[in-house]
Amino acid sequence: MTEPLLAVRGVETYYGSICALKGVDLEVHEGEIVTLIGANGAGKSTLMMTIFANPRARKGRIVFAGQDITQLPTHEIARIRIAQSPEGRRIFARMTVLENLQMGAIAAGMDENDAQLTRVLDLFPRLAERLSQRGGTLSGGEQQMLAIARALMSQPRLLLLDEPSLGLAPLVAQQIFAIVRELNQHHHLTVFLVEQNAFHALKLAHRGYVMVNGVITMSGSGRDLLERPEVRSAYLEGGRQH
Amino acid sequence: MRALPSRPAGPTYRVEFDRALKDAAIAGLIALGLFLPLIGLRTTQDIRNELTLETRWPLLFTMVGLVIAGSLINSFVITPWRAYRQEKPRTPSTAAAQFRHEFLRYFIPLAIGFVAVYPMLSLWLAGMQGSVKWVDNFGIQILIYVMLGLGLNIVVGLAGLLDLGYVAFYAVGAYSFALLAEHFGLSFFTLLPLAGILATFWGVLLGFPVLRLRGDYLAIVTLAFGEIIRLVLINWVPVTNGYAGISGIPRPTFFGIPFNASDEGFAATFGIPFHPVHRAIFLYYIILALVLLTALVTVRLRRLPIGRAWEALREDEIACRSLGINTTNTKLTAFAIGAMFGGFAGSFFAARQGFISPESFTFHESATIVAIVVLGGMGSQIGVAIAAVAMIGGTEILRELDFLKALFGNEFDPTQYRMLLFGLGMVMIMVWKPRGLIGTRQPSVVLAERKAISGTLVKEGRG
Ligand SMILES: Nc1ncnc2c1ncn2[C@@H]1O[C@H](COP(=O)(O)OP(=O)(O)OP(=O)(O)O)[C@@H](O)[C@H]1O
Ligand SMILES: [Mg+2]
Repeated sequence: MTEPLLAVRGVETYYGSICALKGVDLEVHEGEIVTLIGANGAGKSTLMMTIFANPRARKGRIVFAGQDITQLPTHEIARIRIAQSPEGRRIFARMTVLENLQMGAIAAGMDENDAQLTRVLDLFPRLAERLSQRGGTLSGGEQQMLAIARALMSQPRLLLLDEPSLGLAPLVAQQIFAIVRELNQHHHLTVFLVEQNAFHALKLAHRGYVMVNGVITMSGSGRDLLERPEVRSAYLEGGRQH
Repeated sequence: MRALPSRPAGPTYRVEFDRALKDAAIAGLIALGLFLPLIGLRTTQDIRNELTLETRWPLLFTMVGLVIAGSLINSFVITPWRAYRQEKPRTPSTAAAQFRHEFLRYFIPLAIGFVAVYPMLSLWLAGMQGSVKWVDNFGIQILIYVMLGLGLNIVVGLAGLLDLGYVAFYAVGAYSFALLAEHFGLSFFTLLPLAGILATFWGVLLGFPVLRLRGDYLAIVTLAFGEIIRLVLINWVPVTNGYAGISGIPRPTFFGIPFNASDEGFAATFGIPFHPVHRAIFLYYIILALVLLTALVTVRLRRLPIGRAWEALREDEIACRSLGINTTNTKLTAFAIGAMFGGFAGSFFAARQGFISPESFTFHESATIVAIVVLGGMGSQIGVAIAAVAMIGGTEILRELDFLKALFGNEFDPTQYRMLLFGLGMVMIMVWKPRGLIGTRQPSVVLAERKAISGTLVKEGRG
């Protein structure tokens, strides 16, 4: 098998003395959509942030494209073409949509990238119509699109998405998932997706991991996980229709 | 008085006459009860050290009358007006934005034009003698605070780091200037950048330890820093001369020509009669140039990545980091550049006064500057300038209100009510404009073409 794009090996993360990740192993290969599901407080967001060294892993290694990034500072990790759309979107509320997008490009050490802006706006026509609107006045779905679009401005190879469907109506969540699929299929973007919406996430993803209390308990192809009774009873029953 | 504009549709607010009178009467009674011991009666010690009771009925009744009037105004004017405002359908926000845009477009050139000719205007209206006061006490004083406000605006308004010890950098600038001038005899225009660099250095020095702090904690540490600097200035007597301060600071010269009555002086050189207003006007233009420079630099910085990063930092630090912004450096630059402008202002202050002592650098100064930034609208440069004019100019105006003595007796000193009026003004602004005078942020990039914004036709923003 080829070298994975992102490899997380035996990572342990602590908040003070509380152990939030107790040795996590996980791989994301080039061109994949990999999803991580788990209950509230399982440590999904913590893993996401640990990949960005904020907080830093106390044990274990994180390797991206052959480079050990465990000890890199957060802002440098963002510059080696990993982008993140953090939990809760965290767009810049008082800045306009255009300014938000440009922050994504500037921060990654690039010039305000005209071509990339056009490409990103092609993906999100809703944003293109609202370039001079303030981020905080966008609807929840539009804000989520903005968060993803902003992350895409740095032309990442790997996109980390933390609960993009959070607080969105099913239909809007579907739109977001459709965009993720399109990014993956037509733009060859590798995606690591953290989701509560297990059904849709597993349907979308090539592979999935299940996290319980800071450890990975199951992994497999999306379809495979969807069939498993443990997954069904814990994450799907009741929520299956949407 | 039912001067309410009547409107055709919708419920209209009605003033209840009886209720208003009753409210006013109750307010008057409460005021009478409170003010009787507080204002109406006064004990004084006479020469024999005996306490005598003195009554001040006229003052008491004036105050009670004011309260009643206030209550009536509230019932008949303010409440109906607010009700009217609430009923009124909101004007489309685009129209408001349009107006704001137009206002800002003409306001800035007009304001700059006005401050540029202000000394001439004052000479024309108040004559040479009167102008010293108007140029120095008003013009220069206000501009110093505009400068300080603009400097702090970078730290507080743009980067969102609440710095309550900004006066420290002002002090560092002033003392650097004074000490370097005293020991090395350097001139104003050499010292100005030097003092700025020293203040920048201190900004970085303070920045390092406090970078991890946020919000309240940052505020308290910077507050302490301001006090530490002041205490050092007081106690390091061999260098700073303690409370006595440093005097004899050289004044700025006009390309080497001093502003004095000597034969080499400015007046003699240009063959005009000597007058102190010459120096005042010269200083006025120096600080004006500094203010404009600060404003210009800030405008430029806002459009550069670093300026954008400041604003992003104010909004969301975690997002900034995950977008690849080095938050440490970003905060440090904000601190350093803010400190640099504080240092410039400080050295100008030293040169203008010719004398400095720790008393000029108390917490009160920091608080005033923070108030200017907050009232101005956190980040808005025009807002900061307007707030500085209102707050500093307002204070100076109070000194001019001598006619009030005729009303309230000879001991009445309007300047003593300064803080009260400040407080009142701030409360009012915060009630009506909770986000400051200019509360909406101007985007730093605007689309060059607004019409065709479809995905493929988007034009890059114009910087
Ligand atoms: N900053 C923090 N300080 C201390 N403990 C934290 C911190 N952030 C998270 N935790 C703890 O770490 C554990 C994992 O949290 P995390 O946010 O990673 O969960 P999650 O899987 O993302 O949950 P959710 O689906 O609700 O977002 C939780 O027990 C949480 O309380
Ligand atoms: Mg989470």
